[in-house]
Amino acid sequence: MRFIAGECGWPPAGAGAPLEGRGASAAPGITPVPGVSGPGGAVAGAGAAVQGLCGVSADIVNADKMSGRSRKYKIIFSPQKFYACEMVLEEEGVFGDVTCDEWSFYLLPLDEDIISMELPEFFRDYFLEGDHRWINPVARALQLLNSLYGPFGKSYGIGRCAKMSYELWRDLEEESDTEGQGRKPEIGHVFLMDRDTDYVTALCSQVVYEGLVDDTFRIKCGSVDFGPDVTSSDKSIKVLLNSQDKVFSQIRNEHFSSVFGFLSQKSRNLQAQYDRRRGMDIKQMKDFVSQELKGLKQEHRLLSLHIGACESIMKKKTKQDFQETIKAEHSLLEGFDIRESTSFIEEHIDRQVSPVESLRLMCLLSITENGLVPKDYRSLKTQYLQSYGPEHLLTFHNLKRIGLLTEQAAGETLTAVESKVSKLVTDRAAGKITDAFNSLARKSNFRAISKKLGLIPRLDGEYDLKMPRDMAYVFGGAYVPLSCKIIEQVLERRGWQGLEEVVRLLNGNEFCVSDSAVEDNPAWECQRVILAVFLGGCTFSEIAALRFLGKERGCKFIFLTTAITNSARMMEAMIEAKA
Amino acid sequence: QTGYTEPWLELYSMEWGLREDLRDCVVAAAPYGGPIALLRNSRRDKTPSARPLLEIYSASGLLLASVPWKSGQLVHLGWTAGEDLLCIQEDGTVLVYNLFCEFKRHFSMGNEVLQNHVLEAQVFHTEFGTGVAILTGALRFSLATNIDDLKLRRLPEVPGLQKPPPCWTVLAQDRVTMVLLAMGQELFLLDNTSCSVLVRHFGNLGWACAVSAVTTCPWQPRGPLGCPWCPQGCPGCAQAWGSCRCTRPRSRQRAVVLAWERQLMVVGNSSESIRFVLDEDSYLVPELDGVRILSRSSHEFLHEIPEASQEIFRIASMAPGALLLEAQKEYEKESQKADEYLREIREQQLLPEAVGQCIEAAGYEHEPDTQKSLLRAASFGKCFLDKFPPEGFVRMCQDLRVLNAIRDYQIGIPLTFTQYKQLTIEVLLDRLVLRRLYPLAIRICEFLRLPEMQGVSRILAHWACYKVQQKDKSDEEVAQAINQKLGDTAGISYSDIATRAYDCGRAELAIKLLEYEPRSGEQVPLLLKMKRSKLALGKAIESGDTDLVYTVVLHLKNELNRGSFFMTLQNQPVALSLYRQFCRHQERETLKDLYNQDDNHQELGNLHVLGGYCQRRIEGRVAALQNALDEFYKAKNDFAAKATEEQIKLLRLQRHLQEELDKPYLDLSLHDTVATLILDGHHKRAEQLYRDFRIPDKRYWWLKINALATRGDWEEMEKFSKSKKSPIGYLPFVEVAVKHHNRYEAKKYAPRVPPEQRVKAFVLVGDLEQAAEAAIERKNEAEMSLVLSRCSPGTDGALAERLNRARAQLLKK
Repeated sequence: MRFIAGECGWPPAGAGAPLEGRGASAAPGITPVPGVSGPGGAVAGAGAAVQGLCGVSADIVNADKMSGRSRKYKIIFSPQKFYACEMVLEEEGVFGDVTCDEWSFYLLPLDEDIISMELPEFFRDYFLEGDHRWINPVARALQLLNSLYGPFGKSYGIGRCAKMSYELWRDLEEESDTEGQGRKPEIGHVFLMDRDTDYVTALCSQVVYEGLVDDTFRIKCGSVDFGPDVTSSDKSIKVLLNSQDKVFSQIRNEHFSSVFGFLSQKSRNLQAQYDRRRGMDIKQMKDFVSQELKGLKQEHRLLSLHIGACESIMKKKTKQDFQETIKAEHSLLEGFDIRESTSFIEEHIDRQVSPVESLRLMCLLSITENGLVPKDYRSLKTQYLQSYGPEHLLTFHNLKRIGLLTEQAAGETLTAVESKVSKLVTDRAAGKITDAFNSLARKSNFRAISKKLGLIPRLDGEYDLKMPRDMAYVFGGAYVPLSCKIIEQVLERRGWQGLEEVVRLLNGNEFCVSDSAVEDNPAWECQRVILAVFLGGCTFSEIAALRFLGKERGCKFIFLTTAITNSARMMEAMIEAKA
Repeated sequence: QTGYTEPWLELYSMEWGLREDLRDCVVAAAPYGGPIALLRNSRRDKTPSARPLLEIYSASGLLLASVPWKSGQLVHLGWTAGEDLLCIQEDGTVLVYNLFCEFKRHFSMGNEVLQNHVLEAQVFHTEFGTGVAILTGALRFSLATNIDDLKLRRLPEVPGLQKPPPCWTVLAQDRVTMVLLAMGQELFLLDNTSCSVLVRHFGNLGWACAVSAVTTCPWQPRGPLGCPWCPQGCPGCAQAWGSCRCTRPRSRQRAVVLAWERQLMVVGNSSESIRFVLDEDSYLVPELDGVRILSRSSHEFLHEIPEASQEIFRIASMAPGALLLEAQKEYEKESQKADEYLREIREQQLLPEAVGQCIEAAGYEHEPDTQKSLLRAASFGKCFLDKFPPEGFVRMCQDLRVLNAIRDYQIGIPLTFTQYKQLTIEVLLDRLVLRRLYPLAIRICEFLRLPEMQGVSRILAHWACYKVQQKDKSDEEVAQAINQKLGDTAGISYSDIATRAYDCGRAELAIKLLEYEPRSGEQVPLLLKMKRSKLALGKAIESGDTDLVYTVVLHLKNELNRGSFFMTLQNQPVALSLYRQFCRHQERETLKDLYNQDDNHQELGNLHVLGGYCQRRIEGRVAALQNALDEFYKAKNDFAAKATEEQIKLLRLQRHLQEELDKPYLDLSLHDTVATLILDGHHKRAEQLYRDFRIPDKRYWWLKINALATRGDWEEMEKFSKSKKSPIGYLPFVEVAVKHHNRYEAKKYAPRVPPEQRVKAFVLVGDLEQAAEAAIERKNEAEMSLVLSRCSPGTDGALAERLNRARAQLLKK
């Protein structure tokens, strides 16, 4: 028996084994294992670049046929099998040679409060290609959660995908047996949000520890590979990053500037605990060794790893003028010195600092400014092509389609744009929602929204990052993440009342539905639990911000995301690689 | 006198007004009180011009349907387990009709049968379904064990068979089907491979016993049996008109019932037999627990009296049930004898048995009055019992109501209690539905409180499927009538009903019905079948199931020509984007056509660019880019066009460089090309590119100093710095030199840095002295602090002091 399967193997979750994302990037990595014959074999997983993948499988089978080997093949599709896959297998003439299975795998708990669907391709497929295939799995995931935790009391959402997912989920719920009804609800609110509601937050450099680690080392399925520069040995170590890690759980949500202080304090404490050994008698020593030593050693090991990681981050960031970049970012967010920021970006490109970084800054400039001035739009792109290669012409096309890097229409003032957008909204309301295209590059209206919601905190004196007063701390006190602010506002108002202007600027598609079956009893514990669903991925900064909000308001956020994302992943999804 | 039960039970007096002798007709009656099929006069009148009538009656003799028989010579009629009528013709064709004489389908029993003709045929039932066995003119047997999955089998020859055997029958045992036949004095068993002799000589009733001995099935369709006294079937002897086997429920013994002339005989294992006299020619229908005897005027049931009934109704019976019945009667007459009887039962502590007996016996009664009196007795007896479980009584009352309802001659299904239990309520409901007795079926469901999904909904769905076949009503009317009745009843699949409507050729009605289907996904398969692919596409998109959309799209692709396929997609963006995704991976060329169709030159250009990268050879790549260039011009995308043009220029140049310098230049970006040139010391060429491609000054300067520093060509760098005023200032020179650990060179440039960056430059170079000077000169507190932070207390004490002083002075102001 031989297995070929989608994109990766899934050992039991939580086993600490390497869980690679089911990203499309994994697809070319599937290689036959020629040494395997007889029982057992190569296992991979399934999902995304569906057709391509089946093509690969078919090639494997055909190659084996050519060489006269006869084996049994099995393809496991996860989370679901697509009709198109069978088509491809049939066209390749191997349909009869393989057996297919489906593994309805929807939810991977990464931590106590983070559930990932591990569908990184969602972002590109939906927002760029207008492909709706992943809406069904999202709806099914919601259905699953609903059946596990009882009906959600209130559902909010914004974005077209959010709306479609919600509606499909309700349909599924109606079709299925009414099991789970009458269960005591454990989750009071659910909030669905499209990634395109807020690109700005996802594009910012992350400065909370977990976000930084993700930006620097890439956290994959809740674990990270610390290389030799971190471990200060010659091999890399795979570390599971979650709340079980006692050191990590205390610093993950902290601003990076306070992490070093915390770690040195921690190491002093640890030393003190070790030092207690002196002056112990035999019995105390015995207790110490049997009870505490193992924990201390473990903690010690983790501590040294995180210190190593911090040092490595510092080193890398200084090399890339991190301070300068952050400064430029902040002025973009605030809308100051746009000229200066533009030249900073230009220099960034000219010096070939990093293709992904340069692209990210360009997008951030475009999205905060509602598109680039035509002159800059052309010159920045030209510069970029000269620096990083002409194939990025296609990348720019993608970015334009998705609305991340656009050109200001000549002569259009902001108000004119706004009126056009509002007209669009009413047209949509007329029922033309089925249109799948985002090609009408939507205006971000970031500046106006930022003003309305007060996303840039007014600074009087230094922002104390150790004792944050609002969610802005996740970006060094310079910016409150838009996505989190929307969630905060809607939960506070128990709906969208009073946010009409913001909704209009966000291009509408908001909803707010109460489940009549669930009594609206504020005393219930479930009212304090909120499921935040991010369609197209969420960042660790957003998670940290909402955790902070939860602590402030005495409630608990649970995150369901199609994948953990960050600026680099988003940009890479847009980059058209050389074929 | 009430309370007397006999083995003969008159079921109905037949309403069919039959004048012909039964023996002149081809008759078939289905078991479990099933319908009777009749083809009149076929045996006597064999002229082909005569058009006999094929009629189907209920068991009570009510005509259900009739149709003139237009097909060939009919040999045999038989019913399937699903109450379909099989008409076996002489040429081996089997026609299948439903209960209402509507033709369903036909199949043939094979060429051999066609050539040799059917002499005799039998329909039999096995665990696989209904089978057909045929004796051909060549005296060979052919059979098919399941007509729904037709596999013809020809059995081996029977040695010495010269003429049709006087009697034969099909046995199905342990999944093997065999033919048992009598010939001469011998009994043969014919299986797949051979023919073996079972009994050599059998005497008078012997063969009947032999048959019952080898047959374990409780009943089998009767075959035309020869006279039992005369197994040779001598012509002088009257043929037995009918016969059948049945099991006597009480003794569990098998018996064979035979009828001929005006006599009926029940033969058991022993040599004794019971004889009855018949008034008319009769036809026998075997049942689970007895035999139905059908004649021109009456329909009777012969059975062995069940034990419970016998106990109660035996003359002078002292069984507890009998006493209880008596007690209840006396109680009604207000006689104290009631008490005496009761006491008698209770003294023996047999009251529970008495109640049970009465309930059981009530089940075997066909007369409602007798049922009632027995049930009343049971109810009376229950009053004197503590904790007698009521379920049995209630259940029996319900069952009897159902049985009485279906036994009514208008319905005409004379099921006995035993048969009913064997058949199950679900099958009974199916049969009622088959007879289109929807209201009765629904009422039974409601009465028995069956779950909606199994009961009412299912029947309504069947009703709807029947309704759509009524051709006299308009589509609108039918659709509305159906929706009115069905509404949103759980478990109703409108798409199933619509499928039926479509099968009846009513496509419009099907579409109307589909509108009522709440799950759009369910509508898609039928719409596809109806070739309403565009509508299907809309519904598939509505369902949100992308897989379904794919199914429809790929279906459309095969169905429509390319042009209209693309046009259809244009109107469905969701489908279009899905198909594009598919093409992107599978059929790039189709994607090109797709973009061509709607003049999307931008995307076409992109595709060409993408295709270009797949080209190994540079000529191919340039050609692809040239194509892209054209498309970009058409798309009025000047920027992309220009970029492509430049790229073509660059590619050509790179090839030139590659040939000339023998170093890989291909695929480098412009920046990297120039940088590589400088690294290799081709400054002139680099200069050329800088001018040709109008590389911005800033970039060129950055690029050049970086490359020169990497090369370690400090001399050239100095020369370059002096060539003209640097557009990026001189701080980068310092930075680059420091980065390459050349402080000496870095120091050269520090003084040329403009004052506002000079402090930083000196700090970089490590010249704190100068840095401090510059900072003090600029009176800039932040810069002073920067320098101070670099001062180490040991070596730069004096400097630090100076700075501190200057700062203090500054702050004082």
